[in-house]
Amino acid sequence: MAENVAGGGALSGAAVFVRPPRSLWGDAWRQFRRHRFALLGAGVFLTLVAATLIGPFVYRVPIDDIDFKSVLKGPSLAHPFGTDELGRDLLARCLYGGRVSIAVGIAAVSVAMTVGTLIGALAGYFRRLDGLLMRITDLFISIPSLPLLLLVILLFRETLRGLLGPIVGIFVLIVLVIGLLNWMGVARLVRAAFLSLKEREFVVAARSVGAPDRRIIFGHILPNALGPVIVASTLGIGAAIITESSLSFLGLGFPPDEPTWGRLLFDAQSHLTTAPHFAIFPGALISLAVLSVNYIGDGLRDALDPRRSAS
Amino acid sequence: MGRYILRRLIISIPTLLGISLIIFLILALAPGDPMSQFAANPEVPAEVRERVRASLGLDEPIPVRYVKWLWAMLHGDLGFSFSSRTPVLGLILQRLPQTLWVLGTANIVGILIAIPIGVISAVKRYSLFDHVSTTVAFLGFSVPSFFTGLVLILIFAVQLRWLPFIYDSTVVVTDVPSFIAQVRQTIMPVVVIAFFLGATMMRYVRAEMLENIPQDYVRTARAKGLDEGQVVFRHVLRNSLIPVITLVALSIPHIFTGAVITEQIFSVPGIGHLLILSIQNADTPVVMAITFIFALLVVLFNLVADVLYAFADPRVRYG
Repeated sequence: MAENVAGGGALSGAAVFVRPPRSLWGDAWRQFRRHRFALLGAGVFLTLVAATLIGPFVYRVPIDDIDFKSVLKGPSLAHPFGTDELGRDLLARCLYGGRVSIAVGIAAVSVAMTVGTLIGALAGYFRRLDGLLMRITDLFISIPSLPLLLLVILLFRETLRGLLGPIVGIFVLIVLVIGLLNWMGVARLVRAAFLSLKEREFVVAARSVGAPDRRIIFGHILPNALGPVIVASTLGIGAAIITESSLSFLGLGFPPDEPTWGRLLFDAQSHLTTAPHFAIFPGALISLAVLSVNYIGDGLRDALDPRRSAS
Repeated sequence: MGRYILRRLIISIPTLLGISLIIFLILALAPGDPMSQFAANPEVPAEVRERVRASLGLDEPIPVRYVKWLWAMLHGDLGFSFSSRTPVLGLILQRLPQTLWVLGTANIVGILIAIPIGVISAVKRYSLFDHVSTTVAFLGFSVPSFFTGLVLILIFAVQLRWLPFIYDSTVVVTDVPSFIAQVRQTIMPVVVIAFFLGATMMRYVRAEMLENIPQDYVRTARAKGLDEGQVVFRHVLRNSLIPVITLVALSIPHIFTGAVITEQIFSVPGIGHLLILSIQNADTPVVMAITFIFALLVVLFNLVADVLYAFADPRVRYG
């Protein structure tokens, strides 16, 4: 296991006489499968993603069908998740809302991962940039993200709404702000990996044949530094989903007609005594999504970090 | 030690300046200006508006405004709230006790639960207790606090009617019944925060214990005939708690942020509640002040963590 992680590619040539070649990712998958909760988490998360993507096409109840005859009704055959304060079907709203919540999570993490990887790679590779970039990273770590997030959304919401429309505008704003306030962990991980990897033989070899910096960074070092980035970004998806839901829960996220899970909870808050189902379904879905993503991250950490799987 | 603290203090000054600059620039570059509500009022003639802008210093270039703002902040002048027309500092100080009361209690409860469970979990690794407690801890830091809070309200306030639904800020502790009322209304917010905090900390204590148990000094302690209790509590636990001190110090600012949501759910009239209220009222001076105070807390507790760490672990070099 250990020597395989150290040089999967180099070993495969010599291993002809012993066993079929094993790759880092193959080993990681084998390790990941052993983590039962991680597998379960992957199953649950994929189901949630599939349900929110395909669900609205299968379960064809409109999300904005107002029906004052059945307001705040509990789960029934006609409405499996019950109805909200305007008699709209909660299952349809939850399915549709999950799409937005999960999309925000994945998009925000993509932003964070890109920025973090870039800054970490530059700081770890070029000694001249290291001091400055790490100071900036430390600065961002000290920024209290929730108040700043609220401040930025308060100040820029109207402008982006005017530029890109009410839904796309707030989506872009939330994704950018969550992403730009959460890249620091990834940057530190990537920098640490770069610092140790750039002295290795394969990098020295690549440099000796005249490979340009760009190819050494992206072609040689980065693929070997991806493990911790993948773990961090998986856990980041859960955190981003919570952040988006918190914003909507505080009434500062998406507009009221756009039902995200957090927004549904915000609306449900004023009907807790009469319609507990209204709060429980979206809340349970958020928790389930974050829990499953975190278990996937836990499993990936065990699978991709040789130090941990050994212990 | 004194020199180390001094050096760390000096290092944190640029960080604070940087944060203040970021907060200021966000506000200065934001579309519209802090006077937008006033400006939208058709009763106010344009010339008056310009005069007010000038008197508030909004005509001056951004660097000048930044330096003036920073200078005032350094003197403890956080400005005036737009909506309540009182000094921001007073508003914050008035809210602070509620936040500190809830957060402090939650912190203590979280630590008191997390350490023993983490220790038992690590000592009896792979036992049923370990599996149950790690799973519960995983739930604790995955389930968002607003949902934990709503579930608690549903169970204990709506269904069982054991605890009050909403936090009543008018309760003043003067005698035993009012103290009981205060405790009763604090239980749910404290449980929500302590659950999250304890879960994170329990995982950390457990991991640190597991790191220390196979070490040589532990074998030495056993070899010289100490009983298992002494080995665990006198040797392993003490070494494992050093990084936990850091974690506690570093997590305090995050708890303040997390408390924003908890305070909102239970209507605890603390700083977080004030923050949300000010955002809804577009009361930027208050929002800026609270954001900066949170940043100050992060930097301060980073410093505290480093100093405590150097104090608790003689291997850390300082000087």
